[in-house]
Amino acid sequence: MLVLNLLGLALIALIVWWFWLYKPPTTTDAGNAEIVVENGVYSPARIQLAADQPAVLHFLRKDKSPCAEMVVFPDLDISAELAVDKTVDVRLPPLSKGEYAFTCQMQMYRGTLVVA
Amino acid sequence: MNEAMSHKATDRMPLPEKELMIEGAGCASCVVKIETALKLVPGVERAEMNFVERTVTVAGDVPMSELIDAVEQIGYGAKANSSESAEVAAAEKEAADATYYRRLLLNMTIALGVGIPLMAYGLITGDMMVNTATQQAAWGAVGLLTLAVMVFSGRHFYVGAWKSFTNHSANMDTLIALGTGTAWVYSMLVVAVPALIPEMARHVYFEATAMIIGLINLGLALEMRARGKTSQAIKRLIGLQAKTARVIRNGKESDIPLEKVRINEQIRVRPGEKIPVDGKISEGTSTIDESMLTGEPMPVVKQVGDEVIAGTINKSGTFVFISTHVGEDTALARIVAMVKRAQNSKLPIGRLADVISAYFVPAIMIIAIASALVWLNFGPDPVVAFAIIAATTVLIIACPCALGLATPMSVMVGVGKAAEFGVLIRNGEALQTASRITAMVLDKTGTITVGAPEVTDIYIAGAGSEADILYLAASLEAGSEHPLAQAIVASAETREIKPGKVEGFDALSGRGVAGRVDNKKLLLGNARLMQEKGVEIAEHESAAQKFANDAKTPMYLAVDGTLTGIIVVADPVREDSIAAIKRLQDDGIKVIMLTGDNRATAAAVATRVGLSDYFAEVLPEDKANKIAELQAQHEIVGMTGDGINDAPALAQADVGFAIGTGTDVAIESADITLMRGSLHGLADAIAVSKTTLRNIKQNLFGAFVYNVAGVPIAAGILYPAFGILLSPVIAGAAMAFSSLTVVSNANRLRLFKPVAP
Repeated sequence: MLVLNLLGLALIALIVWWFWLYKPPTTTDAGNAEIVVENGVYSPARIQLAADQPAVLHFLRKDKSPCAEMVVFPDLDISAELAVDKTVDVRLPPLSKGEYAFTCQMQMYRGTLVVA
Repeated sequence: MNEAMSHKATDRMPLPEKELMIEGAGCASCVVKIETALKLVPGVERAEMNFVERTVTVAGDVPMSELIDAVEQIGYGAKANSSESAEVAAAEKEAADATYYRRLLLNMTIALGVGIPLMAYGLITGDMMVNTATQQAAWGAVGLLTLAVMVFSGRHFYVGAWKSFTNHSANMDTLIALGTGTAWVYSMLVVAVPALIPEMARHVYFEATAMIIGLINLGLALEMRARGKTSQAIKRLIGLQAKTARVIRNGKESDIPLEKVRINEQIRVRPGEKIPVDGKISEGTSTIDESMLTGEPMPVVKQVGDEVIAGTINKSGTFVFISTHVGEDTALARIVAMVKRAQNSKLPIGRLADVISAYFVPAIMIIAIASALVWLNFGPDPVVAFAIIAATTVLIIACPCALGLATPMSVMVGVGKAAEFGVLIRNGEALQTASRITAMVLDKTGTITVGAPEVTDIYIAGAGSEADILYLAASLEAGSEHPLAQAIVASAETREIKPGKVEGFDALSGRGVAGRVDNKKLLLGNARLMQEKGVEIAEHESAAQKFANDAKTPMYLAVDGTLTGIIVVADPVREDSIAAIKRLQDDGIKVIMLTGDNRATAAAVATRVGLSDYFAEVLPEDKANKIAELQAQHEIVGMTGDGINDAPALAQADVGFAIGTGTDVAIESADITLMRGSLHGLADAIAVSKTTLRNIKQNLFGAFVYNVAGVPIAAGILYPAFGILLSPVIAGAAMAFSSLTVVSNANRLRLFKPVAP
């Protein structure tokens, strides 16, 4: 029983670390990246952008589930409808330094723009 | 920050890009030719051809028609990729959705095909234990069959869960995969090594795994159906677009595709046809049904010089118009773009749900583990079985989707519905604030009134006829641009009175005008002007006062120092302003009129439309201050004006409503744009925002209560007192239908109808 309890607590600690505390170190430069929308994730999910410059993101939705249909940039009031198996370009205005989230409508798909 | 960001965005956006599809390009050398031809078009910065796809991307602010012409001139065919794409994309999306829908139904059929007999067996025999070698073999076979179901019908959950996990994120797939996976792995453990498990806990849960996968696939399929309906409004707007236009070039009429229509072309529209692009009528008269864009139910009579809007329908006559806006610049295209953007904008009310969604899934995983531990340590025997059931049920019942969908689905339907009534909402925040407005300020001229003053009465004070008085006044005012002067000139025109020549014209600020016509010394203006110039008016002052009390503006005309007549000008109140203002007041909103007019006229107009509050004699630059004064009194202030002159006041207000019709409406200038001139549009806007917010609150409340109540019940909180522990199958059904409920509730907004004017 003790083993099971310890195992449970360890799992909880692992969840906290893996999903909340861990900060992914790698980001992908937006210039050459195609963001694939599939299986519940944007990949890559952390996109590096240069500050104060307009940019274009290329989204390729492979997931047919309606969850993947929209990509929303809540801080920027920008959204785009993604067509299945087609690259959709999303134009971004020049942004000041900081992190901006992009998600699906339900916030299950999550990505971050790292503007530096 | 959003405000600043969007301004910045418009200032410094990269050049607009257009995509053309090229026909007849057979060799790679065509690429250079086509690119060069396009680059020679003035305004084109860049042209890049993708030879494999036969498309060219052109950067530059140039109409599509010019680009197509340039390509056609060198012998190739070209058509716009973007203008067709709205409809083509919609068709493709529908086909893709239909395929996916069928796949979900197949998944469901197979999973339930295995799950239902298993569950029936369990319910009827009550025996799903593994105690003998025969049972071990039989349940082992069932376990493998369930695995096949998991792979065939549930693969997307497991792949999605794994991908999310490696990406340090978690979503609904994670919960379903963990829930069904736990049930299956535990059951297989019971089958494979029963000795490891206490005898009472040797129960298998294969039916739960299969049933949950089946039910969630069913839920997804139904949700997808319901979701299709949420975007009906935008589909309807896109569908308003005509496909061809009958263009007159060099005296010849021909039907050409819409993307080839240019500005300043002559286009003929016959009865029953859709108007293809925006323009101005140059020949003919007709009645036009604009209800699809403005919500105005009555067809509008249009004649030479009037504007026509793309997407509206010509009812009776044939006419020719000159195109003024084509392609993405038409009012219809801008409306579609704006509605689409607004449909996906965030609402302050949804923020909490967004924050919760972000932490939801890992939190549920932790709750599942914690509840399993509690059962293990404190639960009755068989503890292992109870722990597994509780953990699985918690994972399955939790529904992040219902929470995440609550706001966006309602906004999507609500904003689309508003567009159907000619109410264009700029973003979610405007929608939410509009529902909370406590005070509504209405500009008088052009909002409560028609905005076009007319001569209503001519009072004869001395010798001469009405025509004589009008002739003299019109001659004097012929050069003036003042609206009252224009009303006099227009009145003379309709009576076919030709103005004479004016000499020594002098505008006397705040009083009137003076000048000489036909050698007569004329004065036209208010009582103060007459008094200053020593013109006797006492005898006729009561008549003038009577006109003022009727919300009209009297102007005295003196000829050679003697009063000859009074010309009365009024800006008529819109017929339906009274009823619309009453609708707002009935809604508990304090309605206040704002005008630059004199106090007497303002009071008269206010009384006529049933208002007790008004601000009179307000200079244009002070309008915003009046709004700020109301805000200082803790009112949430809406301001309705014409969008151009009232821009600072509209910006100061919590919600600015621009009222107007046709293509002149500066769609982007206000938080909410009313396509229809009537104030009923304003009442409709308030009504639709209130209804949408109510719907969002229902959704959020439902989703919160569902999760807040469902998760603890699934964990077994009711067990100690009532002996109730949910089955994972029930949890699966509840979860599958919770998001469907949210989408269906949002869809109820489609039935919204404003109170008929």
